[in-house]
Amino acid sequence: MSKILKINDLEKTYISGSKQLTVISTISFEVEKGSIFSIVGPSGSGKTTLLGLCAGLDYPTSGTIELCDTPLQDLNEDERAALRNKEVGFIFQNFQLLPTLTALENVIVPLELQGEKNAAKFGKELLEKVGLADRMHHYPTQLSGGEQQRVALARAFSNKPSILFADEPTGNLDEETGEKVIQLLFELNKETGTTLVIITHDLDLANRTQQILRLKGGKIISNEKTATI
Amino acid sequence: MSKLTSKANFNWLLKMAWRDGKASLSRLMLFMASIILGIAAVVSIQLFSDNLKQNIQKQSKSLMGADFIIDSKNAPSEKVLKIIDSLGADASEVNFVSMAAFPKNKGTKLVKVRALEGLFPFYGDLTTVPQNAGKTYQELGGALVDATLLLQYNLNPGDSIKLGKVTFPIIGALKSIPGSTAISSSIAPAVLIPYRFLEQTELLQVGSRKEYQYFFKAPEMDLELLSEKIAPILDAENADLDTHTSTSKQLGRRYDNISRFLNLVAFIALLLGCIGIASSVHIYIKEKLKNVAVLKCLGASRKQSFYIYLIQIIAIGFVGGIIGAAIGTALQFAFPYILQDFLPFDVAITISFQPIIMGITLGVLMAVLFALLPLLNTWYVSPLEVLRGAENNLQKPKKARILVLITILLFIFLFSFWILKSALYGIFFTIGILITFAIMAGVATLFIKGIKRFFPSSWGFTKRQSLLNLFRPNNQTMVLVLAIGLGTFLISTLYFTKDILLAKTSLENKKTDANIILMDVQKGQAAALLNTFKSNDLKVIDNIPIITMRMEKIKGKTVNEIRKDTLIKMRKWMLNREFRVSYRNHLVATEELLEGEFIGKAEKGNPIYVSSADNLAKDANLKLGDAVTFNIQGVFMETIIGSIRKVDWTSMKVNFLILFPEGVLEKAPQFNVITTYAPTEERSADLQRDVVRNFPNVTILDLRQVFTIVEDILDKISWIINFMAFFSILTGFIVLIGSVRNSKYQRIKESVLLRTLGAKSKQILQITALEYVYLGLLGSLTGILLSLVGSQLLATLLFKEPFIPSLIPFLVFLPVITILVVVIGLSNLKSVLQSPPLEVLRKEV
Repeated sequence: MSKILKINDLEKTYISGSKQLTVISTISFEVEKGSIFSIVGPSGSGKTTLLGLCAGLDYPTSGTIELCDTPLQDLNEDERAALRNKEVGFIFQNFQLLPTLTALENVIVPLELQGEKNAAKFGKELLEKVGLADRMHHYPTQLSGGEQQRVALARAFSNKPSILFADEPTGNLDEETGEKVIQLLFELNKETGTTLVIITHDLDLANRTQQILRLKGGKIISNEKTATI
Repeated sequence: MSKLTSKANFNWLLKMAWRDGKASLSRLMLFMASIILGIAAVVSIQLFSDNLKQNIQKQSKSLMGADFIIDSKNAPSEKVLKIIDSLGADASEVNFVSMAAFPKNKGTKLVKVRALEGLFPFYGDLTTVPQNAGKTYQELGGALVDATLLLQYNLNPGDSIKLGKVTFPIIGALKSIPGSTAISSSIAPAVLIPYRFLEQTELLQVGSRKEYQYFFKAPEMDLELLSEKIAPILDAENADLDTHTSTSKQLGRRYDNISRFLNLVAFIALLLGCIGIASSVHIYIKEKLKNVAVLKCLGASRKQSFYIYLIQIIAIGFVGGIIGAAIGTALQFAFPYILQDFLPFDVAITISFQPIIMGITLGVLMAVLFALLPLLNTWYVSPLEVLRGAENNLQKPKKARILVLITILLFIFLFSFWILKSALYGIFFTIGILITFAIMAGVATLFIKGIKRFFPSSWGFTKRQSLLNLFRPNNQTMVLVLAIGLGTFLISTLYFTKDILLAKTSLENKKTDANIILMDVQKGQAAALLNTFKSNDLKVIDNIPIITMRMEKIKGKTVNEIRKDTLIKMRKWMLNREFRVSYRNHLVATEELLEGEFIGKAEKGNPIYVSSADNLAKDANLKLGDAVTFNIQGVFMETIIGSIRKVDWTSMKVNFLILFPEGVLEKAPQFNVITTYAPTEERSADLQRDVVRNFPNVTILDLRQVFTIVEDILDKISWIINFMAFFSILTGFIVLIGSVRNSKYQRIKESVLLRTLGAKSKQILQITALEYVYLGLLGSLTGILLSLVGSQLLATLLFKEPFIPSLIPFLVFLPVITILVVVIGLSNLKSVLQSPPLEVLRKEV
């Protein structure tokens, strides 16, 4: 199976005063196309930093990242943005909807960035799919946490991404709502074949993915396939 | 790899700008409010200034009585008559000096007969006793006779005056008539008669000296253009064009300073607007950075996210500019209604489009320029912010920031250049603002560092929290100290400047100028006349010797040769003129040396250096070193032009075309002109009665009426200065309120969190109140202190006047601004104190 994400000898260090702080320490791994991949680890283990690097939101100190067959080190800021727009979807723990846009407008932003003419029609279909047909014109502050995350989910899939990064997607939701969101996430993955990279504390959730990468102190302590199909 | 670019087009950017703006309307309104206020102030001040200037100019027309006058010392040539006909004179006059007889007491007196046709004056009034005599003398076929002359000869309306062959009934006493304010030492009391009787008097003999004047009423005419076109033609024909604008220009420094002040006010109003914009947009964009990071995560390029907000800012600037210009314009129409009880005069409102178009342009420019610095952050904000939620990754683009700052300074310079019409002043102003800004920022930084260093850890919770607020992350110390400080600086500077100018105007308005002039005082009469002054308790202001003479030769050619020589290009009025000349060893306040050196004392054996007025030098084509021979009652005296003076002919003082040094004319036959100041009409009448009784040959000129017009103008100027200063100070206060109001969103989250953790309303109020007290005091005190320096510089460099600072800014502005800042700061918390925390967070944050 082909690899959608290839990480090689990745390192990220920060300089704080005279001290050097290594957050990610020479790690390498690969993610298979269409798979569901999880990254777990305690707070401060470097999960979020790793996600930022993989998605091209940040620059590594050393090492290479190949996302969708594109080496990120060769791209400038705008080319990375365009790559994200074309190939990548995001789901964040705190939803990160644009507060000044309605639910529908939030969903169609990635499509509009692609110049898609039928963005609104497709956006409505997506919101119907996540059960928010009647909340399309509400602003994020008028929606509950679960509803906001479903809007974020619709937005993440709107550009039909090859890979979707989810940072603690259920972290801000109660168990029941969280479960619904995960169900939806997995369903959409099945339907579209999108690769999922999920960062989570929740080991139960991790165990439902096909591969788990465990991080501690910026280092990989295990990278194993699970029994999940 | 295919080129990775976003395909979203300009329409999408517009759409996003609209979507985002629509939801942030309340915050954008605050931002727009600053633009509206700034532009409204600039536009209304500019328009109002224009209108007031026009109104004062109108007043200046009443000094002349017409929009323009064409005059000629001889009967106008055919060419001149053609011009007069084509322009359509509305009134005309022939005047000449003649002997008048008073049948009642057999008295005679040399008078200036003015035979008038038409309804002159068109502006201002003939002041007469009885009041309506000015309107009826034409119809009744009578004469208006100089009031002093009537007094001298104990005549009253109803008596008669004989001019040549005609005896006219005296219809009224003439107290004043619009016309030149220049005092001629050869003036004779005026007698006005209807033109239709002139021929019957048989006074106009061929060859007699007379002046023809044609008065025009043409309020819409471009007088500068007219002057440009016809003045040279008239010159060549020995005729003259006088426009009322040249009269008002001659009001001189009084006029210049009000223009400068009004420009300063407009400049300050705009700067106040800029402060409002800068402080509101700073906070607005800061709040949007998270959205930009999300957009970048979703694939928006740097350019796209930058443009979304740039479009918003341009739109707000444009709409704000239009609304501001509309309000500024509407205020024009409201002023006369709102202020009719306070305005000392009627203001006729007209609208000129230049300030309106400039207002809209300025709105966009101000908005974009002052938003650029925070907007730059949208370019550099990293999409990683979405994950991290902090701004610590934000690169500070040094080069771009410097470029923006230079552009802002350039804008301030260009604006001040536009408004002050001087590059040098523009540079001074820009540097001044820059230095003020730097000092304010320095004070704020020092303050923050000082508090950190000497933090009073033992203080109670609320006091400590209020101090912590001043330097912890997300503090508003710098922004508010800059906004409050600069706002107060501008307000106080305006106040101080107003004082400087009003001190000057009231000084000019002081009753120290002579208003009674006694002429033809013979040498033997001087001592006795001075006693008369003493007995009337009046002080002699000037006692000036006058010698009459004519020009004999100019640059070696006799005046007869020059008259005949058609190739000599010069105006020839001086060839026939009897010059009234004086001598002294110094120049007076109404004279300014333009060229050469004024020599006050002639040395025996050396050439005699005289000083020529610039207008005479220009018309006679005289340069320094040119020889002029005068004929002083039969004695020829050769002189050299040693200096050229500019003379303020409107100063209502006795001025001279030619001024001799001491040591030459002392023994020549001469008479004196004595001037004094009579504080009341009664005192003036008493003096006149005494002089007439004892010195019947002395001519008395009472300038009280002319003075009234000038004093009236000065009163208006003072009123305008006061009004404009307070109008702008009010604008400044509103901008300050806006700036502090902007800080609402900065503190609301913290206050809600404190509320959530159980803080009582009183504690939250205390923390906030103290924080704003510190900021208000620091900002306003720094502003006032800096304005002391600024005002001193303005006084010295721009207005060239002394500066005595008033205590008002310290006693009134400092506490009022601080209280205002605290009240607005506390009112920002209203929603926090009255609603549940979650509701506030959802609604406001």
